[in-house]
Amino acid sequence: MDVLLQLRAYYWKERWMLFTSIICLIISTAIGIVYPLLMRYLIDDIIKLKKYDEVLALALIVFGVIIVKAIFQGLHGLSGGRLGNRVAYNLRNALYRKLQYLSFQYYDKAKTGDLMSRLTADMDAVRQFIGFGFAQFLNLFLMVGFGATIMFTIHWQLTLITLVTMPLLVYTAIRFESRIHPQFQMMRQAMSNLTTAVQENITGVRTIKSFAREPFEVDKFTVRSDEYKNNQIGAAYIFSRYFPFMEIFSLLCVVSLLIVGGYLVINGSITIGDLVAFFSLIWFVIGPMWGVGFHINQYTQSKASGERVLEILNHYVHVKDREDAIRLPKDQISGHVQFDHVQFTYPDSPPTIIDFSLNAPSGAVIGILGGTGSGKSTIIQLLLRAYNVKEGTIKLDGHDIRGIQLESLRQAIGLVFQETFLFSSSIRNNISYGMMNASIEEIIRAAKYAQAHDFIMELPLGYDTIVGERGMGLSGGQKQRIAIARALIKNPKILIMDDSTSAVDMDTEHEIQLGLKEIMQGRTTFIIAHRISSLKHADEIIVLDNGKVIQRGNHQQLLEQDGLYRDTYDNQYTDQTRQLGVQS
Amino acid sequence: MSTEEKTQKSTRFVYQDDEVLLKPFDWSVLRRMGIYLIPFKNRMIPAILLMLYGAATKLAVPILIGTAIDRVIDPDTGNGNLSFLTIFAGTILGLYVIQLFTNRIRIRITNVIGQQVISNIRNDLFTHIQKLSFRFFDKRPAGSVLVRITNDVNALQDLFTNGVVNILIDVVLLVGIVVVLLTLNFKLGLAIMLTVPLMFMISTSLRKRIRRAWQEVRLRQSRINSHLNESIQGIKVTQAYTQEKENIIFFDEMNTSNRRSWDIASGLNQIFTPILEITGGIGYFILFWYGASLVQNGEITIGLFVTFATFISQFWEPINRLGQMYSQLLIAMASSERIFEFMDERPSVAEKEQPLQLPTIRGDIKFNHIVFEYEQGRPALKDVNLAVSAGQSIALVGHTGSGKSTIINLLCRFYDPVEGSCEIDGHDLRDVSIQSLRSQVGIVLQDTFIFSGSIRDNIRFGKLNATNEEVERAARAVHAHDFISRMAYGYDTQVEERGNVLSMGQRQLISFARALLADPRILILDEATASIDTETEVKIQSALKVLLEGRTSFIIAHRLSTIRHADQIVVMNHGKIMEQGTHQGLLEQKGIYHGLIEAQYRFLQDVV
Repeated sequence: MDVLLQLRAYYWKERWMLFTSIICLIISTAIGIVYPLLMRYLIDDIIKLKKYDEVLALALIVFGVIIVKAIFQGLHGLSGGRLGNRVAYNLRNALYRKLQYLSFQYYDKAKTGDLMSRLTADMDAVRQFIGFGFAQFLNLFLMVGFGATIMFTIHWQLTLITLVTMPLLVYTAIRFESRIHPQFQMMRQAMSNLTTAVQENITGVRTIKSFAREPFEVDKFTVRSDEYKNNQIGAAYIFSRYFPFMEIFSLLCVVSLLIVGGYLVINGSITIGDLVAFFSLIWFVIGPMWGVGFHINQYTQSKASGERVLEILNHYVHVKDREDAIRLPKDQISGHVQFDHVQFTYPDSPPTIIDFSLNAPSGAVIGILGGTGSGKSTIIQLLLRAYNVKEGTIKLDGHDIRGIQLESLRQAIGLVFQETFLFSSSIRNNISYGMMNASIEEIIRAAKYAQAHDFIMELPLGYDTIVGERGMGLSGGQKQRIAIARALIKNPKILIMDDSTSAVDMDTEHEIQLGLKEIMQGRTTFIIAHRISSLKHADEIIVLDNGKVIQRGNHQQLLEQDGLYRDTYDNQYTDQTRQLGVQS
Repeated sequence: MSTEEKTQKSTRFVYQDDEVLLKPFDWSVLRRMGIYLIPFKNRMIPAILLMLYGAATKLAVPILIGTAIDRVIDPDTGNGNLSFLTIFAGTILGLYVIQLFTNRIRIRITNVIGQQVISNIRNDLFTHIQKLSFRFFDKRPAGSVLVRITNDVNALQDLFTNGVVNILIDVVLLVGIVVVLLTLNFKLGLAIMLTVPLMFMISTSLRKRIRRAWQEVRLRQSRINSHLNESIQGIKVTQAYTQEKENIIFFDEMNTSNRRSWDIASGLNQIFTPILEITGGIGYFILFWYGASLVQNGEITIGLFVTFATFISQFWEPINRLGQMYSQLLIAMASSERIFEFMDERPSVAEKEQPLQLPTIRGDIKFNHIVFEYEQGRPALKDVNLAVSAGQSIALVGHTGSGKSTIINLLCRFYDPVEGSCEIDGHDLRDVSIQSLRSQVGIVLQDTFIFSGSIRDNIRFGKLNATNEEVERAARAVHAHDFISRMAYGYDTQVEERGNVLSMGQRQLISFARALLADPRILILDEATASIDTETEVKIQSALKVLLEGRTSFIIAHRLSTIRHADQIVVMNHGKIMEQGTHQGLLEQKGIYHGLIEAQYRFLQDVV
């Protein structure tokens, strides 16, 4: 029940629908119980006492009762369905909201497939239970309560004897619940493993096909699929062990009713009508008891699912606004960035950033060069406050970034990621992703600066071309240029280019740089690159190795030093300089 | 243009995936599903026998009770017989005890069969999707493919585990009850049966709408899932661009329309039962009215009347359940159609019936008048001719979108050319088996894909039976060994798809090692070193020279340091080959390539 309590926020808003659903179900159940009594009246009064003139009226009453019962049954179904859908809606919105704000740290470890399985399969189990399972669970007690009460009023001794196996049934049901719950948890996990395998397979389809590894993938999938299947079968086995017992405990009531009830009729203690009513009433008790297994089953499944959904909702958000966080209006930010003895380590990794300090006055251009994994991207992600620094501070215009509202910090930054991700939408929408209200003129201007306008115009639908998850039909360099335009249109105070022209050819890159030169006026710019040509304009170039600064200075100063910078320069240029020199 | 503009603004994300299938209810879908049951027909026989026993018990008990009331408890004369009563009760008890065991076995058999069928369908679907070509994946978001393999198959679960058996039980019960009622008293039985046609009429009229509604639900659900999947993949962009709130607003809209479609579908489902119940009420009315008059006439006894009453309550139950099963069937149909839609999809790159097993590749490659387009009317390659002799290294140079990657895609036969042919060692690629081709071609893409798992497993993907030493050797060759061994768990470090455990460059190195481990006869580097620093790149190049002695290789790169040593440099523009030759030769031609190099030199002069 703890899970239900925690999920309260998502159904309590809809409590009127919940109450309607429950009340309609109660009414429907209560009306249903009239039927055995009408039956008794028919036998004991009409047939036995030969009052046959009342038959038509009684038959009409029965019909009426059934109609009313069905109407309330329908109302229960409608409100229950709506309730479930609303709960699913609320919960899905809440999950989505949460997912939007969970930090990079969470996503570094999360598996998309696993998240998807929680957002779909688990979500549906919760929907089903809150929409229907809960009311039916309640109804179960009501039916038993109503049925037993009326039976008690007719003949309490007979009732007690008839229902003698009930405690056994309840006991079995509880044991069943405790057995099946872990099985369901395993089943959910297996489903999520399966989803992960498929998700990865589809996302990585290019890699898989290029290695002709389809058979391997099929094997991997089959293992997961079998695991899920076996868990399902395991659950069915547990069910098959307990359910027939629950069934027989309830059916035993019929047998004892026949013997004892029959004896009492022969004795004359009760009428035959009473016995017939008992036979009908007993289903009010047996029916739901029979379903106890099913309901427990459903409840347990949705509990396991609810737990998995709650895990996301309750997950700790690593990066969030402090209560006293200040809001920096974009137009008042000058873009002065300071790193002061910053240290950072990813979990389970050697230190990534060691004692990093930097002073980038407003408008400065900072270049960063370094080997793979030297910490270049980490530095700028720390500035974005994608992660919190472990030691030291990062300041924007003199304020510790931990004291600035995340939104205003990030709005001031235009970051072009190393890995280009475009959304399934038009190019226009992708460029204006950070600035929804941008006009088409602004979009085109940003695209022109990023040298993207020309190729966009060559597409049949131009800016309305839909690009997708895989940036269909666009080359890596084209995608990168759209991503650059997306950052430029934000008009950011701090512009960060994380190796964002790696797939762009040389002269396009040069043109982008010319455009940037204009744009960079008055902005603090960080450029991470492997090409010297991208870094040479920087006011300060930082050379990183394994998280430590090994060289810093401007292009000229670094060329005069022995070190990684000059080695890179030599590799990229001297050869050609010499060759062209020979020719020209 | 202007109307389009408006729609573009309101649709922040576009998922141009599925459409509601407007086909009529398709029994062939059901038949195809049924085919999955055929392998289990032998095991289904005991399940059906056990089920028949259950149905027989259900039919027998009300008769026994009715008889007991008439004969033993004997309401008319009042001289009941207690020992007879015990015999009746004992018989019922006996039937129930046997049922205890038959049910246990039945549940097991049906679940094993059902889960096996589901698993077979899922595996078939997955295996089939593996066979499909790039074009299939190009036009579908990953989330929507995912949903078919997981949710849509799961939607069939209930049908195959309990559904089939329940339908059988209910049909048997229904027929049994009809037979018993007509036998016990033909007139009363027939009067009650009059309501049955009415019931079927109502359910037929409802079922069409219910089916349409569920299709709509599946469609919306699929869109939501596509978006969820995408928003998880792109979360870092969203957060960096502070679009969380805007996305939440967008999602709310999507979620609302999803809820509405659910409301309609589940609403229709919910009124189904009460409508059936009301129709059933007519049966009770007939029982009370007509049945009582038959008792009055002495045509039936009270016991028989009670038996009838019990049967009627049991009669509506299977009909009601069949109705529910029917809506479940409709939900399942909507899913089955979507499953079969994928299963019917043919790979656009198909193998011949008896493809040639490509022998060990020497590496002579020829492109003959190749024309290719990804979308109709947008040519990506226009009449490309290219000859490469074994052992050569080819560098492809050109602006983004000039067709460099397309050449690679055709060489790996990810797509087939629209016109012309592509040959390796004189074999047209359309004649050889895809497996034998791709297993000899190693390709390193710019956007690398890392599987969740250990670094070791990721490298080993290139050669599944590689020893640890081989894995390490490949890693050393691309200078990945150092950073891997610095990690907390070395080669056993767990990495995730999007994880920050590895930098982009490190991921490229790992996929590089993966390709090398496969020991390819043709190596393709599609901007494979774009995120790798120059120093490492130079080291890798010298290592490759030794490793790939005598093998054909293709390199796409923008850094001239990467390409200048190639045996042949191919300069491309707008899907055409413009220049071709060695670095030196092309420089002397003073064409486009010379221009590129010169420009680079000029950029340098800007600062120096």
